[in-house]
Amino acid sequence: MCDQTFLAITFGPCDSCSENRPLMNLYIKTEPINYCSLCMEIMACQGLASGETLKSLKAESETLRKKLEEERKKLHDVELEKVAEKAEALGELNMKTRRTLKGHGNKVLCMDWCKDKRRIVSSSQDGKVIVWDAFTTNKEHAVTMPTTWVMACAYAPSGCAIACGGLDNKCSVYPLSLDKDENLAAKKKSVAMHTNYLSGCTFTNSDMQILTSSGDGTSALWDVESGQLLQSFHGHSADVLTLDLAPSETGNTFVSGGSDKKANVWDLRSGQNVQSFDTHDSDINCVKYYPSGDAFASASDDSTCRLFDLRADREVSIYSKDSIMFGAASVDFSLSGRLLFAGYNDYTINVWDVLKGTRVAILFGHENRVSSLRVSPDGTAFCSGSWDNTLRNKFLFTMTAYPGQRWANCAPPFGTPNHGQM
Amino acid sequence: MERVIVAMQDPDMGVKMRNQRLLITVIPHAMTGNDVIEWLIQKYNITEEEARHLGGLLVQYGYIYPLRDPRSLLLRSDDSPYRFQTPYFWTSSRWPASELDYAIYLAKKNIRKQGELVDYEKENYSILHKRINHTWDFVVMQAREQLRASKQRRKADRIVLECQEQAYWLINKPCVNMPLYYHYTTTIQLRYYYYTTIIHRRALGRNRVKSSICLESFMKYSEQYLHHDPIMSGCLPSNPWISDDTAHWTINTDMVGTPTRLRVERWSFSFMELLNDSMGRREFMIYLEKEFSAENLCFWVACEDLRHGESSKIILKVEEVYKNFLAPGAARWVNIDSKTMERTLEGIKRPHRFIMDDAQMHIYFLMKKDSYPRYLKSELYKNMLAKAIVPQETKKSVFPFMRRQRHSSPSPAMVTQATEDDGKAKGAGPTGTSSTTNSQI
Repeated sequence: MCDQTFLAITFGPCDSCSENRPLMNLYIKTEPINYCSLCMEIMACQGLASGETLKSLKAESETLRKKLEEERKKLHDVELEKVAEKAEALGELNMKTRRTLKGHGNKVLCMDWCKDKRRIVSSSQDGKVIVWDAFTTNKEHAVTMPTTWVMACAYAPSGCAIACGGLDNKCSVYPLSLDKDENLAAKKKSVAMHTNYLSGCTFTNSDMQILTSSGDGTSALWDVESGQLLQSFHGHSADVLTLDLAPSETGNTFVSGGSDKKANVWDLRSGQNVQSFDTHDSDINCVKYYPSGDAFASASDDSTCRLFDLRADREVSIYSKDSIMFGAASVDFSLSGRLLFAGYNDYTINVWDVLKGTRVAILFGHENRVSSLRVSPDGTAFCSGSWDNTLRNKFLFTMTAYPGQRWANCAPPFGTPNHGQM
Repeated sequence: MERVIVAMQDPDMGVKMRNQRLLITVIPHAMTGNDVIEWLIQKYNITEEEARHLGGLLVQYGYIYPLRDPRSLLLRSDDSPYRFQTPYFWTSSRWPASELDYAIYLAKKNIRKQGELVDYEKENYSILHKRINHTWDFVVMQAREQLRASKQRRKADRIVLECQEQAYWLINKPCVNMPLYYHYTTTIQLRYYYYTTIIHRRALGRNRVKSSICLESFMKYSEQYLHHDPIMSGCLPSNPWISDDTAHWTINTDMVGTPTRLRVERWSFSFMELLNDSMGRREFMIYLEKEFSAENLCFWVACEDLRHGESSKIILKVEEVYKNFLAPGAARWVNIDSKTMERTLEGIKRPHRFIMDDAQMHIYFLMKKDSYPRYLKSELYKNMLAKAIVPQETKKSVFPFMRRQRHSSPSPAMVTQATEDDGKAKGAGPTGTSSTTNSQI
């Protein structure tokens, strides 16, 4: 709960009355202020006294929001569908499962590709984090975390380390050794410390820094070597569920989505919230940047995926269908940004045409909800991890990898479940 | 009042304290009511009646609490044991008693001993439950956590703490009527609306771009990258996942001899694409060296390293960058405008990760506007493009079920070590795959 970030109680000298009292930490304009409860009440009352009653502040916030909506509308001169009419229609998409990676004992919660385009790290509810060579389906490394529900995992850009975390409120980095028999757990390095579960983590452009998001409502940037907190980002009023780093030239921003239905864009350097989007109707489960960095897509429990443009500062497209009633858990773009792959809680993966807003294909094959989905770094395939288990072998969960092959002139039926390998 | 209490607790002159027995466990540092009254009489030279009155006030304000029969806030001048309340719970230092804390306390009590809540407590509990229902999970969680933490303490400590807490809440039970709750959530809401107002104001001040322009850019981007997207247009010679043939990856490794045409084309899409590809960066460096402006790229690379490197090396790196690129007369002096230079030099006195950002940005845009377009028009690039190979598409084998052997590839960790050992990038990786890249399948 975000209240933890606003009401952490410590004991010490109050910033305003300098007496040793139990303190409450506030963040005003991201500056932490430590007031004792007495002074805080005085401050709040003074705020009240200077004409800013709660009602008036609420009203002001509302008017500003309406004004903002108007301003955004003024520049919205065309819809994406209209612009996309010129675009070539997509042919049938024929995608098959090419690899099934079996070996997790429980639900697969998260996965990430390595920059070498064939290795994958995945984490699951049973506390295991496995590094696979997806091409050969061999397991290369396996780490058992001391906690269950490892909800976030990431591969380092160099391919030499992985980071993971979950209910232990920490993010730990494991360097991948060459000796496969070596105990990876021994080399573990605890980097991030949050006050609630870790929901997402990613390395920034190097192995040296990690960006994490947590159920305590904050995101934070950490230095791997020292474990030091470099910057923290406050502004969500509920759990932060997901984050993604921008591929832009300046590489200085990231977007986070949370249970408060908001997607916020942050500046890494200053810690400020630069943009905010709140058109979703429910928790945002996943956010991903468009390959050019000018927009991002989000997947939410309200069963829609939406595209938000950062320069126009608004939502530009909604990807939804009446027949889709379950929440979307994960999204990713294809390399050109034309296709949006989204994994849903109804065990399917829907492929959307980003520009035209229509659904191109629906892929079956998982036997439980799709929890995570990532396109490989060179765009040749995408991998989806899921909560499924087969009925025969009770605790067998699978991950399947789909490559791409578009046959514009053939019309094979698309989306037939096919676990076979070619 | 507090001075009196402090004096009372003085070990030499204060009230005689003994270990009292309460039921089975021994409570340390307890005193009898009688002791309290006697001490007061002695210290302040007052009558017994006055002492009793004063003592009674002390109890009512919560500085002393009775161990037996805690609900009656009286000071009995007999053997009944009392204890001093810890300063944390003193009325003067814990104001106001928040409703949330009270809810947590009641929840704890409820969990610990079902049905031990007294009537008015039960009533308060249900009112609170309705009122702050949205944070009820938090309340229960906190209660459980606190109970769990307390189980780890010694029994005597635990009882002491429980008594203290109970006494506190007896005195300070917040009326679960509007005023206090309103007070509490008002501050939360004030903060929330204050914060959102700031965000909205900032957003209103932002420059927005017309939708038509933004959306056109998506169209252009998708079109440009259409042929580079393996899922949309297939990939040559074949998609490794389908054909089990890793040729596509081997011909696209970082330091391959001859790059593919698609790859070289991609360098012309944007400056970032060129810099992100290590081969592209190398080619660009060669070009810049011809133009005698290679120091720009070196500077940019050094700044990137500073930004994303280890925190411990920051100071060292800043010094090196200064020595090599910014100091007057430096070997590879970069041409930055005076204002930026001034700001950067000023900032170097207190080095941090982002100190070179302004200068780096300046040089980046300089290269992007000037050197990059010229590179694309240069002979060097054109030759590269002409040399680049277009791999043949694999003919689908007649027997599609004949599966190829899937070979494992060296782990990136191993590759990194190998290149470090050799000190130079090899042709196509240390496994000795052929560096001739004309793929014949």
